[in-house]
Amino acid sequence: MHLAGRRRRAGRRHGGAMSNLLDLLIAGLATGAIYALVAIGFTLLWQTSQTINFAQGEFVMLPAFLMLGAMHAGAPFWLAVLIGAILSLILLGLGFKLLLVDPMLRHGVLPLAIATMALSLGIKEAVKQFFSAEASPFPSIVPAGDVEILGRAVSLQSLGVFVVAIVAVIGLNALLTRTSFGHQMQAAAQNPTVARIIGVPVERMILLAFLINALIVVLAALLITPIYLAKFSSGETLGLAAFIAAIVGGFNSVRGAIAGGLLIGIVDNLAAAYVSTQYRAAVPLILLIAIILFRPQGLLGRREERTV
Amino acid sequence: MTRTGRLLGLAVGALVLAALIVVPMGFNRYGLYILSQWAVMSIAAMGLNLTLGYAGQVSLAQGAFVGIGAYTAAIMTTHGLPLIVALAVAIALCLAIGWLLGYPALRVQHHYLAFVTLAFSTLAFLVFRNEEWLTKGIYGISAIPRPVIFGFATSRPLPFYYVCLSSLALVSLAMWWLIRSPWGRAFMALRENPIRALSLGIDTRRYTLIAFALGSALGGVAGTLYAPLTQFVDPTPFTLSLSLDLLLMVIVGGAGFFFGPFLGAMIAVLLPEWLRITEGYYLMLYAVAVILLLIYSPTGILGILDRVLAARRTKAASARRQAAQATL
Repeated sequence: MHLAGRRRRAGRRHGGAMSNLLDLLIAGLATGAIYALVAIGFTLLWQTSQTINFAQGEFVMLPAFLMLGAMHAGAPFWLAVLIGAILSLILLGLGFKLLLVDPMLRHGVLPLAIATMALSLGIKEAVKQFFSAEASPFPSIVPAGDVEILGRAVSLQSLGVFVVAIVAVIGLNALLTRTSFGHQMQAAAQNPTVARIIGVPVERMILLAFLINALIVVLAALLITPIYLAKFSSGETLGLAAFIAAIVGGFNSVRGAIAGGLLIGIVDNLAAAYVSTQYRAAVPLILLIAIILFRPQGLLGRREERTV
Repeated sequence: MTRTGRLLGLAVGALVLAALIVVPMGFNRYGLYILSQWAVMSIAAMGLNLTLGYAGQVSLAQGAFVGIGAYTAAIMTTHGLPLIVALAVAIALCLAIGWLLGYPALRVQHHYLAFVTLAFSTLAFLVFRNEEWLTKGIYGISAIPRPVIFGFATSRPLPFYYVCLSSLALVSLAMWWLIRSPWGRAFMALRENPIRALSLGIDTRRYTLIAFALGSALGGVAGTLYAPLTQFVDPTPFTLSLSLDLLLMVIVGGAGFFFGPFLGAMIAVLLPEWLRITEGYYLMLYAVAVILLLIYSPTGILGILDRVLAARRTKAASARRQAAQATL
């Protein structure tokens, strides 16, 4: 991971095992905040419409290429971001819900999940065909360079990513748990029948959840693509990380997704430093299996009624 | 099914089998390779069909089990052990791992097996790539011998194709017997109505676990054939995408139908060969086609066929009823 590598070098420059650990934690929180963001979108879709979106990673990868496409066509960066966001709302929000989820939902949870797996294959192949199979650089929204914090050099990018992602995560959490809108959405998710009776526009809430997810993935794309580069296959790792974050934190809670995301980010970065390079990717997976073994509802999740 | 229907089915089956034996005699090396691959993938898909189609669980680790089987065969046969011993070891290994994976996952909720197998798939790939002392890592294991069966060397493509085909036939027979056994009926009962199955005294969790473990073992069987087929095993084929491919094979052919995996494997293995003109667009079109198929018929192509046949049968039955009423 580029971010972790850079942090590690910075740590060595300043010496000391403690400062190294601190740097790793900062870098871990930065990637973790992005994972949390993507995981929130993931849990939103699960809660409001029982959609296990196996294409969530590709949902982050696609907007990056939409923006790159707009930039290749001559649009300035801000316009490209706007175009990417609008296209993402149409394709990954509205289109995904109306063309895939709505017709598939009546067949049940698993066929829908399998359909999203096919979708992830389709998105990857489409990007490979229409854009490029190579990795492309992506402009960063945060300027390069380091800032001095408590006598330690911290890269502006990792700091910026962390701040933006955390602000977004806190904002989302506030939106979903503090406002009337959020309560309506939770009601629609938890008990659609009763929600309808007390006058919650359930259908509109579900659509809004998909649109929010579409905006979340655009923001995540803006934050993560400058670090990992834009590549058709880059959604796989991110999707898996967000996925694990959602399960570790608790599949049915936004707070869980946040905690899970930050935890996976930190674990990921610590593993990069202290576990052999070959097996660092295994650490989050083992964490996932351990959670399913010992705390299947996730760290902060509620226990769901067991469906046999 | 009526008697004539059963006879017709048997005749068609015999005809297809005869064609599969006779026609490939004129095939070149590559054609035989593709057809052997179809047989191997059919076995793996049949195992997944047991898990997905009959017991209603999503496994994303079938590719990893094929990998485990392939590495078992590769390591053991290159050390001079016969393939049949490797087969037994692979089956035992995959059964045990399947059991260990399924046991905790099925305690929770049905979709958790998908998550656990997803993680396992990635872990297995890491082990294949990194444990160089065992798997030779990214360099792979080459010069895997093909077996000698009853004194016949099967090193040439045609005899080895027959090895694959007869394995497929044996597995099919075993599966045919299994889904008609009390176990198979229990599998179907818990797919159709788990709560009712539970109240009828079927230990749903245990039977789901059995289905998953047996399905995984068939992945191992496919792997033990895959290694001598390609005669070279490295980690690249056994990523998550193989598991996904196998899953889509089962879905496209028709999950829960006996012949679904055969059809699905045919579409996934043979169709790309025929559709070379579409080049890179093939997988994209395939993905779109799978989604459309899933929306229209979540039970795949055979599901559509089944629906058409059922509609015709009802029509015929109501026509008969009307005729009977008219004579009254």
